[in-house]
Amino acid sequence: MLEARTLEAHNLACQRGDRTLFSGLTFTLSPGELLQVAGPNGSGKTSLLKILCGISSPIEGEVLWQGKNARKQGEDFRANMLYLGHHNAVKEDLSALENLRIAATLAGEPLGDEQALDALDRIGLLGREYLPAKVLSQGQKRRVTLARLLVSRAPLWILDEPLTALDVKAIDLIQSRLAEHLAAQGMVVLTTHQPIDVPGITPRRLEMGAA
Amino acid sequence: MSKILLAIIHRDLLLAYRRRADVLTTLFFFVIVVSLFPLGVGPEMKTLRLIAPGVVWVAALLASMLSLGRLFSADYQDGTLEQMALAPQPLWTIVLGKITAHWMVSGLPLALMAPVLGLQFDLPPDALTVLVISLLLGTPILSMIGAIGAALTLGLRGGGVLLSLLVLPLYIPVLIFGAGAVEATMVGISPEGHLSLLAAFLIFALLATPFVSAVALRIAME
Repeated sequence: MLEARTLEAHNLACQRGDRTLFSGLTFTLSPGELLQVAGPNGSGKTSLLKILCGISSPIEGEVLWQGKNARKQGEDFRANMLYLGHHNAVKEDLSALENLRIAATLAGEPLGDEQALDALDRIGLLGREYLPAKVLSQGQKRRVTLARLLVSRAPLWILDEPLTALDVKAIDLIQSRLAEHLAAQGMVVLTTHQPIDVPGITPRRLEMGAA
Repeated sequence: MSKILLAIIHRDLLLAYRRRADVLTTLFFFVIVVSLFPLGVGPEMKTLRLIAPGVVWVAALLASMLSLGRLFSADYQDGTLEQMALAPQPLWTIVLGKITAHWMVSGLPLALMAPVLGLQFDLPPDALTVLVISLLLGTPILSMIGAIGAALTLGLRGGGVLLSLLVLPLYIPVLIFGAGAVEATMVGISPEGHLSLLAAFLIFALLATPFVSAVALRIAME
């Protein structure tokens, strides 16, 4: 991986109604770095992540991927990015296996049955692969979504509250997967209220709502 | 690109299959509305033949509109639509896949059912054939125009009523030429002109509506 991949936020501002959530937000994220976005509820964490991944546009400033405007790069940027929002994007009527395979196909990384089953097995859904998602618990649905992390090859991960509803064992698994991803020169931006402990990595923190 | 198209069609058909009741509701709505007319108007064959094309077509418009609300809203609510918007494929391909699947479960069955319902109105065989052809050409246009309306009203309160106000006027040309083709056949004129215009609408809609719906979806997600 020779090309220097960086994600830069340049002078970002976001407004919801009359309220300015943040302005003048600037940072650069380099390969192997984890940025933890912290702050109280309503401080604009989710809005920031949506701007970074390109769903929303900032009222000011721009997001740069490899030095160029991420939104204008469109598909080239989106192929390098994995976004997991706080909705699970899990279809109640489909099984865990179908959900994972469709989500992976959508992301342009189609999975075979075996790879998908293996990922679900590792994330602790062994024996639940063929059950419709509506009978799974909240935490299990979250795991179906997070199984994407085990198979994704995108260098940039943008994760909104990935650890909610998970038990200790699953949190450990996700944290060690994050460490693996960062060691392979990946980049992670995430929001969480829980303290995060990724082996071998000191997360950078971005405090929101301080302005 | 065609791979993602097929994957989306497959996914939406699978979802529709798991929720068969929703699909059947639309179909039964169509059957019942069309069947009410012979009962209400009376068994006068001449009158029935006269109103048949309009009745079948209006019922088809209403039935295909009933299911439009479901086109994007479920995916919007559970976050799947965000994932679609962030997929490395153009969003219009995904939208086209969703529209195709929507037509296969809500438009195609109507066209296939129409000859049986047409019999209640004493339509002659050649008019029944033209009715099916006109519905086969016209119902995909309804799904495509409807997709724009569904995308524009996404996430709005009372979006269902607004959707019908937005979409029904746009359905008028399809209704005129669809029903017109059948009427023409019954009075002995060739329906070719009407059908050609419907086909032209279809091609135009196919080229334009997926892009427009995709843009509307991106705006709705902002």
